[in-house]
Amino acid sequence: MKRLIKECVKGITKENPTFGLILGLCPTLAVSTSVINAVGMGLAATFVLICSNTIISALRHVIPDRIRLPAYIVVVATFVTICEMLMKAYAPALNAALGIFVPLIVVNCIILARAEAFASKNPVLPSFFDGLGMGIGFTLALALIALVRELLGAGSVAGFTLAVHAEPITMMILSPGALLTLGILIALSNMIKSAFAARKTKP
Amino acid sequence: MDVSKILAIAISMIFINNFILSKFLGLCPFLGVSKETKPAVSMGFAVIFVMTCSSIITWALYRFILLPFHIEYLRTITFILVIAAFVQLIEMAIRKYSMPLYRALGIYLPLITTNCAVLGVTILNVDNFFVAGKAIKGSFFYASFQAFFAGVGFLLALFLMSGIRERLQLLDIPEHAKGIPIAFVIASLMSLSFMGFMGFKF
Repeated sequence: MKRLIKECVKGITKENPTFGLILGLCPTLAVSTSVINAVGMGLAATFVLICSNTIISALRHVIPDRIRLPAYIVVVATFVTICEMLMKAYAPALNAALGIFVPLIVVNCIILARAEAFASKNPVLPSFFDGLGMGIGFTLALALIALVRELLGAGSVAGFTLAVHAEPITMMILSPGALLTLGILIALSNMIKSAFAARKTKP
Repeated sequence: MDVSKILAIAISMIFINNFILSKFLGLCPFLGVSKETKPAVSMGFAVIFVMTCSSIITWALYRFILLPFHIEYLRTITFILVIAAFVQLIEMAIRKYSMPLYRALGIYLPLITTNCAVLGVTILNVDNFFVAGKAIKGSFFYASFQAFFAGVGFLLALFLMSGIRERLQLLDIPEHAKGIPIAFVIASLMSLSFMGFMGFKF
């Protein structure tokens, strides 16, 4: 049980997909214009990650080594299609806001990377928790970027306008703001990491 | 087919809706292979080629197989498999016929499979040029040109970025911002300047 929790937590902290592994950047930047979109995207990716990790790990002895990548892609694409259809039926507004980035979850590097690096080598249960942790880490990272961008660019948080009498910086919800925010946040996370490492080496 | 519309697609795909800088498609190769100019340019050309060809194939598949049988919901699976198979095929062909080209492009070709710009452009083609389950007039040419010019835009952004990053190695950058963070800040400034094209109207 302890190991399972560890697998789950590492996706949120040390191996956070966005700030640690720097994977899956395209959706991270494109949908982080508002917190609601970001969380929606994060949950969709979490769903796909958990399902694909579980299935791939269950099939890891059946899939021949040489054609494993196409096999993984088919598994991932199946769950993405399921996710897309569910979203169209129950959350059409979110589906419209995320647009092309829902089908593009297929080529999100996090999912294939976890299938290749973790699920294909580990039993079902740890793979499930690895998917869960990575998904939560991804969602939190997306939400953090979206929080900064929405606050500065639209003066609101998760749709609620803050009563501050300041002109919002429109650039922050457009594309340059996304790249700028991510760059600065990665630099900050590097700084925090090296501060931790420095404290550890000190006696 | 309408020449002015193709021109509009070209300007829109290269400058206004540049895939990397305003749509955020294909960021991984953008950061991964933009350290030097030469590989960046090879990668750009490989992407143009794969994008154009896979757009032609996926357009035909969507028009003649998925639409008549009403299985449009399979488009994601179909398209990604077509792209993966096609990339593999090109890799094999290039390895057989041109070893120097294979050495130049070799390692970048498999990377293209997971380049979201390629899948992105094929899905955009279907979204833009099929209305109510029917192909609009000239949609085949529009789709191929859209893919081609999206690739050109990709090449342009990659080329500019690699030039800047080559210079960057000579500069004194704060320790924690070295590498990827500073690349993002530069991409942000480039994207800001590309936003200047947004006022273009046709």
